[in-house]
Amino acid sequence: MKPAKFDYHCPATVDEAIAVLGRYQGEARILAGGQSLVPMMNFRLATPAAIIDLNRIRGLDQTEVTDGTVRIGAMARQRRLEFAPLVAEGLPLLTEALRWVGHLPTRTRGTIGGSIAHADPAAEIPMVLQALAGEVVARGPEGERCIAAPDLFVAPLTTALGFDEILTEVRLPAMPPEAGYAIEEFARRKGDFAIAAIAVMLVRDGERCTTARLATAGIGPVPVRLLDAEAILKERGLGEAAVAAAAQRAAELVEPMADHNASADFRRHLTGVLTRRAILKARDRQNVRSG
Amino acid sequence: MSAPVDIRLTVNGQPREGRCEPRKLLVDFIREDLGLTGTHAGCEHGVCGACTIFYNGEAARSCIMFAVQADGAELLTVEGLAESDGKLHPMQQAFHEHHALQCGFCTPGMLIAALDYLKINPSPTEDEIRDAISAVLCRCTGYINIVKAVKAGAEAMRAAKS
Ligand code: FES
Ligand code: FES
Repeated sequence: MKPAKFDYHCPATVDEAIAVLGRYQGEARILAGGQSLVPMMNFRLATPAAIIDLNRIRGLDQTEVTDGTVRIGAMARQRRLEFAPLVAEGLPLLTEALRWVGHLPTRTRGTIGGSIAHADPAAEIPMVLQALAGEVVARGPEGERCIAAPDLFVAPLTTALGFDEILTEVRLPAMPPEAGYAIEEFARRKGDFAIAAIAVMLVRDGERCTTARLATAGIGPVPVRLLDAEAILKERGLGEAAVAAAAQRAAELVEPMADHNASADFRRHLTGVLTRRAILKARDRQNVRSG
Repeated sequence: MSAPVDIRLTVNGQPREGRCEPRKLLVDFIREDLGLTGTHAGCEHGVCGACTIFYNGEAARSCIMFAVQADGAELLTVEGLAESDGKLHPMQQAFHEHHALQCGFCTPGMLIAALDYLKINPSPTEDEIRDAISAVLCRCTGYINIVKAVKAGAEAMRAAKS
């Protein structure tokens, strides 16, 4: 229950961090908030040759809005974001999701970029990245590139980031002010990993649903958008029958995992139930918001 | 680079220093190097909350941080809650009065998680208290008395302020 020996690096700049990363040829791990990595090291499930600690790099935790996009530095702490007015205003779905991430004392250290780069299948932040069609900025020796959410998550704990790349920024398009949103999650205990979770964002125009976003966490190996279920809402609106049809479609679309927490069938069942609840909640919230 | 490093920090208002390998967990540094054994190591993987301390004013798990990361930081552990003459912090007093501990293993983490939450929400409902202390596991009490104590401690703290 103690980590194995490693070389410790504490670079002052991202460029320095990338240079050190390159030297270890994939044998180094980046330390952001450490709320997932350090437990893995304590168990010796991870025994990296080196740790590259980003915590002393200045400016990697800034949040700003430019041209309708909220740009969040990778090292922004989850707790900071949870209480940030800028996030509450532009990305209320993220604010809501953060309350589901671990517990307040783990959010003190946990970062937005760390959660995304770790790519735990049950994590809520990657689900929000999918639901809001966000992207991340990856910086490596060749410079910067943007990776859109659907291209980022490859497999459990595996992203499209190269071994010598660092996730430096998360970009999320600000939600339309009239959007309704909701997260529904099922877990054994408060703060536990999600067995299944659904994030929803809706925009309604009279009887029509002009934007529908549905994304998962905890159900399959990676968070996904449920595009066909979204299409049902956009075609048929937000009445009971359409919502039920979308929920049923969602349950068909997922590729549920089976583990000691839940069978694949149970996760599929939860997908339908949670999708329905989340859509209804988002719909009603939207009514309230648009007066 | 895996050789011992010097660490200087402030703990419970006192400047402290030590030297350890970078792989040393902060909780072990606090207990073994600083001799402050009030902070407990339970699960050592961030789940039970027994190791919760104030790190630069916010509660954090000291078992999933490295001591070297705390160089320059300000920590507050359970030893720093009571006054120097031994008078208990109102929250400790409330735990005492409401019999909110049995073996006491979870208590340091409970106190700190509760105090951390009260900074955000000084007048929590019972549900909110349950939510906040879900960050810490207790295997003895069944939580009922802990919830009562946090409620009473919060009231005492509010009364002391006004
Ligand atoms: S010992 Fe740190 S959370 Fe259990
Ligand atoms: S009093 Fe024993 S674990 Fe809480």
